[in-house]
Amino acid sequence: MGEGTGMTETFGVDFLVRWLAAVAEAVDREADRLTELDSAIGDADHGANLKRGFAAVTTILAEEPPATPGAVLTAAGRQLISTVGGASGPLYGTLLRRTGKTLGDGDRVTREQLAEALGSGVAAVSQLGGAQVGDKTMLDALVPAVEGLRASFGAARAAAEEGALATVPLRARKGRASYLGERSVGHQDPGATSSALLFAALDDVARTEGAS
Amino acid sequence: MRMLINVPETVVADALRGMAAAHPELTVDVERRVVVRRDAPVAGKVALVSGGGSGHEPLHGGFVGPGMLAAACPGEVFTSPVPDQMVRAAAAVDSGAGVLFVVKNYTGDVLNFEMAAELAEDEGIQVAKVLVDDDVAVTDSLYTAGRRGTGGTLFVEKIAGAAAEEGAPLERVESIARRVNERCRSFGVALSACTTPAKGSPTFDLPPGELELGIGIHGEPGRERRPMMTSGEIADFAVDAVVEDLRPSGPVIALVNGMGATPLLELYGFNAEVQRVLGERRVPVARTLVGNYVTSLDMAGCSVTLCEVDEELLRLWDAPVETPALRWGR
Repeated sequence: MGEGTGMTETFGVDFLVRWLAAVAEAVDREADRLTELDSAIGDADHGANLKRGFAAVTTILAEEPPATPGAVLTAAGRQLISTVGGASGPLYGTLLRRTGKTLGDGDRVTREQLAEALGSGVAAVSQLGGAQVGDKTMLDALVPAVEGLRASFGAARAAAEEGALATVPLRARKGRASYLGERSVGHQDPGATSSALLFAALDDVARTEGAS
Repeated sequence: MRMLINVPETVVADALRGMAAAHPELTVDVERRVVVRRDAPVAGKVALVSGGGSGHEPLHGGFVGPGMLAAACPGEVFTSPVPDQMVRAAAAVDSGAGVLFVVKNYTGDVLNFEMAAELAEDEGIQVAKVLVDDDVAVTDSLYTAGRRGTGGTLFVEKIAGAAAEEGAPLERVESIARRVNERCRSFGVALSACTTPAKGSPTFDLPPGELELGIGIHGEPGRERRPMMTSGEIADFAVDAVVEDLRPSGPVIALVNGMGATPLLELYGFNAEVQRVLGERRVPVARTLVGNYVTSLDMAGCSVTLCEVDEELLRLWDAPVETPALRWGR
């Protein structure tokens, strides 16, 4: 539960676990759409891969409940790396693992701390994949989302969705879509779309807590 | 689309179970998705480990055996395997002489193999990596993920595998693998898109009467679409693209590869055209291989790979190999 009315709200293990469960649900619900987007400019497996990965995350968090918010994300990231494959496994896995490690071993985290830690996670993704904002990748949603999270959960969600939509006119410069050159223009990037789902789920879970 | 499957979720596991039953000379771990030659680790010899998404059969599992790969890690369809598989494979085949990872240049494969190499080194296994990027259809390497690994993979695995079988040390096997990759170029053409089991419908629309030039092996669309061409016209286009990039000064080995749904009757006819173009371009052909080796599920179409060889590479190509899909010289 979000704690501390009147002071800075903090979030514990259960909040992070519910976030990842909400991501698993969203990915399951949107799997066909992600796959559809991926078949236009990729190889038609993004939905199925993330669905498998986040289902495995839900399982491991139930079987071996971590003790801290940081440990939740670290365990989730490791699980994604071990189950997803493709580029999205190492990239999403690194995002959560690095974010978890940056959070450290505190019992509770603030929204600002989460934004800070996600910022280091996003930097690690950028370094691993060698991509920048504007390359038509998940970073186009992640980078503005982290900026938005410094203000509110709702702002993070809106920024991520806007970032994903903004990939439509871009020409892909990384990943499999880059082989299409100009023909990648006019399609929304599946990775940016799934990244937006992460922040929509985070906002949903925060709302049920009454947090903003 | 009708497919000979049970459910999409078990396609890879089902195929591995069938492979295990057909090939007692391989150890197939269906659960952990690793295919290993039964006599591994082979004392004193370097071991080649490759892997990649499923859907390209016989690549890579069909190339496991004496003279080629020591182990292969199949991922989900068109999805790179995970680091755990490669680490397990490396541990199973390492004799102490080291392991060479053969990695096709796709973002997912590169990232997962990099993570695996770090983890394997933590376990005390000496690991070298070679990246295969032979596809000339990707012209703009600066603004893309770089050239893709396609038919050249077969040459790297066969020739470096032969060097490993002869007992060459890791750095030698690695340098031969790099040399082979540098001398390989490929170009692919699709006459139809392929259908992944998970999606159940073609990955791109190809109107009747058109073909797709410069395709990869994952059902991703190519760079250019044209009205249907004859086998001879396709051979002119594909061989020219390869030769202009490779500019061979000596003999080549030619691979005329089917993408999965093109009959051998058509592939042999196409090979006749490929040999004609090579003759016109005065490129001597030392060996030719025709068949479905680096496929893209049920895609119709073909690719041409040329590998320029010197005496040593040709000798290693001719060396004995004993795998489910490639077998000669014993």
